Amino acid sequence: MIQYWATNINFLFHSNFFPILNLFKGGFCFLGLISTKIGGLLKHFYIFGKIAYMNNILVAKEVTKQFGDHVALDKVSLEIPKNSIYGLLGPNGAGKTTLIRIINQITYPDQGEVYFDGAPLEAHHIAMIGYLPEERGLYKSMKVGEQVLYLAQLKGLSKATAKERLKFWFERLEIGDWWGKKVQELSKGMAQKIQFIVTVLHEPKLLIFDEPFSGFDPINANIIKDEILRLKENGASIIFSTHRMESVEELCEHIALIHESEKILDGKLSDIKKAYKNNIFEVGLQIGDGEALVGELSEKFQISSAAYDGKAGQLDLTVQLPSDDTKEFLGFVAGKSNINRFVETIPTANDIFIQTVQRKDQDA
Amino acid sequence: MHKLGLIIKREYLAKVRNKSFVIMTFLSPILMVGMVVLIAYLTKVNDSEKKVICVLNESNYFSNDFVSTESTSYVIFQDIALEAAKDSTASLGYYGLVYIPGENDLERVADRSYFYTRDAPSTSVLDGLEAIFQERIQQKRLLDLGVSAKEFAAFDDPYEINTATFSGQQNLKGINEIKAFIGGGFGYLIMMFIIIYGGFVMRSVIEEKTSRIIEVIISSVKPFQLMLGKIIGTSLAGITQFAIWIVSASLLLIAVLFIFDIDPQGLGATANLPTASTAANMAPVAPGDATFQLYVDEFFKIPWVMLICFFVVYFVLGYLIYSSIYAAIGAAVDNETDTQQFIFPIILPLMLAIYVGFFSVFSNPHGPIAVGFSLFPLTSPIVMLMRLPGGIGEGGVPLWQLMTSIVLLIGTFMGIVWLAAKIYRVGILMYGKKPSYKELYKWLRY
Repeated sequence: MIQYWATNINFLFHSNFFPILNLFKGGFCFLGLISTKIGGLLKHFYIFGKIAYMNNILVAKEVTKQFGDHVALDKVSLEIPKNSIYGLLGPNGAGKTTLIRIINQITYPDQGEVYFDGAPLEAHHIAMIGYLPEERGLYKSMKVGEQVLYLAQLKGLSKATAKERLKFWFERLEIGDWWGKKVQELSKGMAQKIQFIVTVLHEPKLLIFDEPFSGFDPINANIIKDEILRLKENGASIIFSTHRMESVEELCEHIALIHESEKILDGKLSDIKKAYKNNIFEVGLQIGDGEALVGELSEKFQISSAAYDGKAGQLDLTVQLPSDDTKEFLGFVAGKSNINRFVETIPTANDIFIQTVQRKDQDA
Repeated sequence: MHKLGLIIKREYLAKVRNKSFVIMTFLSPILMVGMVVLIAYLTKVNDSEKKVICVLNESNYFSNDFVSTESTSYVIFQDIALEAAKDSTASLGYYGLVYIPGENDLERVADRSYFYTRDAPSTSVLDGLEAIFQERIQQKRLLDLGVSAKEFAAFDDPYEINTATFSGQQNLKGINEIKAFIGGGFGYLIMMFIIIYGGFVMRSVIEEKTSRIIEVIISSVKPFQLMLGKIIGTSLAGITQFAIWIVSASLLLIAVLFIFDIDPQGLGATANLPTASTAANMAPVAPGDATFQLYVDEFFKIPWVMLICFFVVYFVLGYLIYSSIYAAIGAAVDNETDTQQFIFPIILPLMLAIYVGFFSVFSNPHGPIAVGFSLFPLTSPIVMLMRLPGGIGEGGVPLWQLMTSIVLLIGTFMGIVWLAAKIYRVGILMYGKKPSYKELYKWLRY
């Protein structure tokens, strides 16, 4: 691990990307050498590695977890940047929840390490993590107020602080009059709001939401979504686990795909999208004789679908170009028709997900 | 530690505020005392129904023998025929008719006597009649041998052998039983406590699982802390309830006894608290004043302080062992109906302890069975407590047995709690699975 980072940093220097840094190069390389030598002994005493750890709230290194004969996680490594929303995606049973439970120290990895905010994960980090599990609930016969106070105190808040913050949150989500109600009197959506408050009340550095929107009606889901975004603005880092891809597009800057216990893809969502786009464009044209044009176009370009409305003279088609160079195609159609629409089809997270999983299955 | 305190507090409050718990706490003593009163009342009603038996005596014997008692009264017919006597007994609605024919020889009379009833007569009535005949016949036979009636009365005196220890102390008949009964009372208390509150622990775990709050909680505290807090909180609630029961039931019972003027001697075994009076009632002989004093002395000689100390030790360890198993079961299942297959193996050693205890410890507190079961950790909390009122050391439980039993119990306690905690840790996050024993074994290796 230390070697890995040392090499990376050295690479940075060799590339002369930061000329000034070259001055320090010798010294750093020397340090790097020492650290490589003693790295085995001082596992957590990393010098260069720290740079990467400092920017990440959470780093998982080759985490493996087995339940009996079933491998739930197979050498999964992740880097979750600070102050971002990180989408942990994957079908049901892929191993997302196991990974989240390891982060919450509910279970422990068989192999691999997890670092929280630059230090190996330890029991006291629990107070800095807020977790909204997918399987969530509340004590049914307990009163709302008592219950949230209890759960907040378990997270290490004092009663007074908890009360103060609860007052704020109850007003914010307009549920002030629920304090004395029993949970069994609340609707499912109402209970979800309480659970959300419990998750964020101790102002954790890292928030983990496992399918946070399930059980919410669209209006409340929006309220919660806005709250999540606001928490991020206030400096929290957020892991957002889901198999519903629509919500990923709106929220996540980074994603990781977990499939059959392995991480098969991760990175910035925008980079991934760039990598996955296939130069497919949707085109709308005004033309008198659409059918003839489709015929001509089919010879030169790869047209995957075309529909011509003769009355309106509107031709809609989808074309896949060999590269992102659109000049040739546009030049061709512009000479023969009026272009009223030309849009690149960016793959959705869902498309990427399906594609990657399928590719993975084919490889296997 | 702070978190454990929070959990204990929550579990305790959740339990004692529970409506059905509150109702049971205050209703149970009333029900218990009500039961005692009802039994006493029913017994009285039953007793007060007198059986009337007619006697047609044509012989010269038995002229003074049919004396009415509390439960039976006799009507003597004279100078009527047997058939007429039968008819009148039936028409009067009396219980039956004893017919004694007019023979000369008592043996022949007895031989030909009949008891006529509408239905088959009850054994107690027959016993009473037979005793009357038996006594008369015996007397006559002895008379034939030259024994006078006065001598015969002396002849019938019961005999009791004198007992003493080697060191010369007077021993009391039945004192072993009394002591075992007192110890058994403590053992029984432990068993009841385990079954009632172990079940509470289990249901509380199931509730956490089905309400899906469990994962929220164990992302803040260790599963073991939660399990321990739950067990302790529930037991504190249980101790509260038991204390209320014992105090209020005792007060109520005393009040009722005064109000209804019921003789506590008559209730004996039905009173469910091992009080001094019930223990004394167990004595098979009705002791005279001097002997009774000895019993009282012996009762106070029972090492109460030691007994209560060890009661606490065995209670805590035994209860923790069993309740952690209950917690593990609760964690393994999704609803209460799935618990049956796991509960029976838990109840089994408890029942065994009680029954083996009552049968073998009563007759021989230091026999091999009693020793074996008082060492075996799953039964020792109950069986050892039955043996302990005899004291430790000479004449009581050998010290090595007590120590071995406690060491074994502590060892088992740690082993079982460790296993249970493992099953618990895995089980609470398993939804929608109906586990088998094989599955549970697999969880231990996760």
